[in-house]
Amino acid sequence: MLKLLFHTQVSLGLAQAAVVALVTIIVAQLAARRGALIGREVPFALLRGLLQILAVGALLALLMRGPWWTSIPMLAAMILAAGTIIRQRVPELPGAYSISLLCMCAGAGGVIAFMAILGIVEPRVTMLIPVGSMVIANNMNIQALFLNRFLGEVRAHRGEIESALALGAKPGSAVAPYLRASFDASLIPAANNVRSLGIVWIPGIMAGMVLSGSSPVYAALYQFVVLGMIFTAGGVSCMVATHLVPRRIFTPHQQLRALTP
Amino acid sequence: MPQPPAVLEAIALSRTVENVREGPKSLLRNIDLRLEQGQVLAVIGPSGAGKSTLLRLLNRLDEPTSGQLLLQGKDFRELEPAQLRRRIGMVMQRAYLFPGTVGSNIAYGPAQHGVSLDHDQVEALLEHVGMSGYAERDAATLSGGEAQRISIARALANHPEVLLLDEPTSALDDTSKAGVERLLATIVRERETTCVWVTHDLGQTRRVADLVLSMRDGQTVAIGPPAQVLDA
Repeated sequence: MLKLLFHTQVSLGLAQAAVVALVTIIVAQLAARRGALIGREVPFALLRGLLQILAVGALLALLMRGPWWTSIPMLAAMILAAGTIIRQRVPELPGAYSISLLCMCAGAGGVIAFMAILGIVEPRVTMLIPVGSMVIANNMNIQALFLNRFLGEVRAHRGEIESALALGAKPGSAVAPYLRASFDASLIPAANNVRSLGIVWIPGIMAGMVLSGSSPVYAALYQFVVLGMIFTAGGVSCMVATHLVPRRIFTPHQQLRALTP
Repeated sequence: MPQPPAVLEAIALSRTVENVREGPKSLLRNIDLRLEQGQVLAVIGPSGAGKSTLLRLLNRLDEPTSGQLLLQGKDFRELEPAQLRRRIGMVMQRAYLFPGTVGSNIAYGPAQHGVSLDHDQVEALLEHVGMSGYAERDAATLSGGEAQRISIARALANHPEVLLLDEPTSALDDTSKAGVERLLATIVRERETTCVWVTHDLGQTRRVADLVLSMRDGQTVAIGPPAQVLDA
């Protein structure tokens, strides 16, 4: 019906977004009347989300005309922003920002670069930015989960860690069980996504490719590639974190710092 | 007559921590102590007196703000922390056993510097603390008293020159308490291990101590033989 009223893609998209926003706000207001606090946030979140995604769309439209390397500063900016978000999740960790950046550069950055060099991700702006952003966003979540869980484990097992130190263990050894537990826990969502692929959910990138006319089989295979990249990037970033984090929670004299949230 | 060499020595030991809201807070001020081979020092005082802070400094789990600590005449700062901690064993108020078997807990300390204990060595340590045959038991299934005995054996596995005991019997029931105290007293006497024993129990202090350090508000109130400090 909207197609009869709106004849350009942009005007049609705006109309579709307005209808969806309206329906969401109605549902949120109904929820607010029943006492749900989230109802008050929804209109602002929708507006903010719309403006952000419009800005990205406009930027992409601009970048698409440029050479492939223009996606590098864009992806770097995403990693910097993701680092800030992770730092806010673990403010008690000294050097959380630099750790997050290093881990994501090694994880997301390394995997995106590797896949681009192999030609699995075509080195053009329209591929690098959407696929790269998915890998970075998921890497951010994995990294935040890892650090959050690890600090929780350290706080909960301070006695065991100091007992291990008192027995002559090095800091890395003393926290090794908690690094392992955090590593496993942070990768559970990514592992579940790979396991449930096609059975429980059909992810966005596949839906998008099918909508834009790609073969569903190729779209499915490409979705698998992206999820594989997310899992690999998460694994690499957590491995790097397991080396970097113990240095930050111990003093140079191998004493466990106070970690108050 | 020349004085025997000190095994453990603290000179004007102090620790102050920075508190964001309240400013600097002094936890320990100018503590001096000198312990010879096989001497047992009981550290007594009310809660918050600085007893556990002192023990943590002696194991270098925390850093002194000023003062000096010497092990066999050598400054703590010249020793690698993990190596120092192997030489100064510590038994905490709670056992904090690691997940796994009792045997793996006993072997933990030596394994940290590449020494693996065989079954007989583990069994000998268990026998020493009255827990023969427990090597394959899951550490999580032990009672409080049993767990504390294992944590003592775990500390002894490193053959420490000094043993720090942070109220090792305070979390135990009366029966376990008496057993663990007897065990520790026997071990310390048999091995001639120099020992710093934090306790609230004055009876225990009289039974085990050669010297008593009485503390309040992070400072020394008195230090000397039990009769001199406790009956003053």
